[in-house]
Amino acid sequence: MKKNLLVSTGILLLSSMIMVSCTGKKPGISEAKELNGAGATFPKVLYEKYFDQYYQQKQVQVNYQAVGSGAGINTLIEKTIDFGATDAPMKADEEEKAGSSVIHIPTSLGAVVLTYNLDGNPKLKLNATVISGIFLGTITKWNDPLLQQLNPEVNLPSADIAVIHRSDGSGTTYTFTEYLTKADPNWKKALGTGKTVNWPVGLGGKGNDGVAGLLMQTPYSIGYVELIYATQNNLPYALVQNKTGHFVEPTMESVSKAADTTLPDDLKVSITDTNAAEGYPISTFTWIILYREQRYNNRDIAKAKAAYNLLWWMIHEGQEINETLQFGRLPDLAVQKAERLIQQITFDGKALP
Amino acid sequence: MRKLKNLIMTGLLALATLICLLPLLLLLYYVIKMGISSINLDFFLNNPKPMGEAGGGMLNSIIGTIIVLAMASLIGIPIGLVTGIYLAENKGTKLAEWVRLATEVLVGIPSIVIGILVYGWLVKSMKTFSAFSGSIALTIIMIPILARSTEEVLLMVPHTLKEAAYALGASRWKTQWMIVMKTAMGGIVSAILSSIGRIAGETAPLLFTAFGNQFFSTKLFRPISTLPIQIFTYARSPNIVQNRMAWAGSLLLVGMVLVLNMSAKWIGYVVLKRRNK
Amino acid sequence: MKSDKLFKIVLLLFGVLILAFSVGIFLQLFSGAWKSIQQNGILFLIKQVWDPNQEIYGALPFLVGTLVTALLSVIFSLPLSIGSSLFLNEYIKGGWSVIISSMIDLLASIPSVVYGLWGLFVLVPYIRIVENWLFQNARLIPLFNSEPYGVGILSATVILLIMILPYSISVIKEVLKMVPNDIKEAGYALGANKWEVLQKIVLPYIKSGIFAGVGLSLGRALGETMAVTMVIGNRNALPASLFDPANTLASVIANEFYEASSTLHVSSLIYLALVLFVFSFLINFMMRLILKRINAGMIRK
Repeated sequence: MKKNLLVSTGILLLSSMIMVSCTGKKPGISEAKELNGAGATFPKVLYEKYFDQYYQQKQVQVNYQAVGSGAGINTLIEKTIDFGATDAPMKADEEEKAGSSVIHIPTSLGAVVLTYNLDGNPKLKLNATVISGIFLGTITKWNDPLLQQLNPEVNLPSADIAVIHRSDGSGTTYTFTEYLTKADPNWKKALGTGKTVNWPVGLGGKGNDGVAGLLMQTPYSIGYVELIYATQNNLPYALVQNKTGHFVEPTMESVSKAADTTLPDDLKVSITDTNAAEGYPISTFTWIILYREQRYNNRDIAKAKAAYNLLWWMIHEGQEINETLQFGRLPDLAVQKAERLIQQITFDGKALP
Repeated sequence: MRKLKNLIMTGLLALATLICLLPLLLLLYYVIKMGISSINLDFFLNNPKPMGEAGGGMLNSIIGTIIVLAMASLIGIPIGLVTGIYLAENKGTKLAEWVRLATEVLVGIPSIVIGILVYGWLVKSMKTFSAFSGSIALTIIMIPILARSTEEVLLMVPHTLKEAAYALGASRWKTQWMIVMKTAMGGIVSAILSSIGRIAGETAPLLFTAFGNQFFSTKLFRPISTLPIQIFTYARSPNIVQNRMAWAGSLLLVGMVLVLNMSAKWIGYVVLKRRNK
Repeated sequence: MKSDKLFKIVLLLFGVLILAFSVGIFLQLFSGAWKSIQQNGILFLIKQVWDPNQEIYGALPFLVGTLVTALLSVIFSLPLSIGSSLFLNEYIKGGWSVIISSMIDLLASIPSVVYGLWGLFVLVPYIRIVENWLFQNARLIPLFNSEPYGVGILSATVILLIMILPYSISVIKEVLKMVPNDIKEAGYALGANKWEVLQKIVLPYIKSGIFAGVGLSLGRALGETMAVTMVIGNRNALPASLFDPANTLASVIANEFYEASSTLHVSSLIYLALVLFVFSFLINFMMRLILKRINAGMIRK
């Protein structure tokens, strides 16, 4: 009799442990009903859908406002929001300001594309040298020999190129400039990487939408935007030559392929200028950032649980949504490492029960 | 010659009016054209839906706007009016000169700077974005505008009326209320409505105070959505359906202010009629 | 009387409150800007380069952008707002006047982001056409000697002009309504025609109201952010002509503040806000002095 009891208790315990690790949900303690997040505009469309679904499934209101990667980081540092979202991982001095350690959980992959306003919407091929030259102002005309060379079948006009960049600080700019810094020594010397740089030429648009708007209004212009802004507005975008010499079209597949590389445990990795043969070179992860130690201000354990559950959902069930909105799915390796990161979340030093 | 000048000037003045009206008409036409197709029952009864899903609306923002504006007006109107009265009553004094200058400078502060300041004062200390901090930001914008307009209107009340009241033995306080305010009531109501209309359309100071919320909320100390914030968010979306909703929202906002103005004018008309009986 | 004393005290309290509040804002801005003030000093105002990556900051391009767009728009708004207020109040009767003025009032409540969008999609293409024509035909005038993008100083000025009109119009209209009829009658009795009565009697009478209207307009023009940022082109450099893209103090603050992470960057942006605050103060102060001079002159007459 006793032995049976022991065995059945053991089985019960084992199965509940298995169930727990499968769902990642911590039974017993309830979670908070509201969370506030701020950050990147890049994944805004995706997160909108995520959080709407999440509300329908779990009745937890996750309020996300796309105020920019930098603002997401700053408001997290100032602890006025529960989590941030950024396309550019936090820098050393930002982490220092945060005080306690911040974990970066990637949620999806996106592409920064070169879009332009030319008659006939030709499909252009570009490389780092040419892109860098255009945005530095050294290549000024559309029919410049370097451009014509890459696009022999296209009748490029002799008009001046109107450059459009971002006026506000942005993760999109960060990704774009990081790619150019890695792939073109001229760019590295002149401007480098940053959420904002001292653009020598061009007009500034506010947000991805501002750039798209200006572009549609300005003939012979070129700009960089997140893929979905180009597709939604029916704007043409270029193939970009990657490190292995292939001209790659930005798609979900080529973006995911760009992430087919070694990933560090903290997942703060840049995948621009990727080595992958068919990877699109201007791709990036986008991350959710939050404090590992969730006890600060007057937060309670329910809030910590809510954040935990949300992140777990985002890297699992949420991923089904990614491709419907042209965002790349996280590769399996990234999901595994992300799970480990999420499990590091603590409240008062203790792992969540 | 003088007759000719009169005629020419009349024509020029009419032209000026036309030039002022023209952009309004163009704008309204554009807003209506872009937004009318998205004004339907869903728009008023539903909360926002993600891109690609039909049936989204701006219910939460409509309610949010009303809540935030009401709170801001509750605090801002009395302070603005009293400051305006102060300026009018003490026109000559050195102190009033400085106060007037201060009000004018306050008008010139970009609304975003007000937002930044309120973020530092309230949001950081409360450790959360809230409808309350949004209202405070709007109040700060409202007060100097209302104060200056009120002052100007009050100054136009003829001295003779005030003198007559004092001659009859009325105190300054009584004079102020009974005579001056009554005479200036029309102008003051207009000034109040103008200032409400002004803050109704503000976005920048609300972004980092009220923050915005895709969900329905009436809590004062939690993030809340307002029409301008939602318009701003939708305008920036890559999705054309959401862009059109932004225009619909603008149409609604302008409509709300119009209704506010019209009803106040109507009330004023009724009150005047009743008094004149 | 006791109620009088109470009345006076309450009024005084509120007046002082406003004054204290503005001083408080000034101090807050000053302390926030302190790091940048230490670094850059007053030369900040004439430094031309704004490069957050290199941590080099200078306010001149934005100062010029703000002053040019604000002052130009206010100057052009004067004849328009005075003109239409006069017309609406003196030449049109009752119903129509109320309708048209209510419509103009509506302009004030249109969200700036809507102005920005309309500006970008409707106004800018027209302005580009005008700019193109001027560029082809009047290029010798340095004001018109730049690549006509459409977005730039000119577009920003026009959009500001439209946005600030309702402010001055609403104030001027209200004070016009309160001009006592007898002084107008006196003018007519002396044989003056309508325009002369308006020009010589009414306008001087409402001088203070006009200045108030200008003050409110100027305030809005200096501080307007959203609409300007969408049509000014956002180039952090000194504009050489009306067609050049540029940037204003308010616009660059809006663009960069929430993203800025380095202390010097944040501090420099607050320094820009402080500069705007101080310039706004100086301009208003000068306007006060001018008004005083005009008043004194009138009395002497």
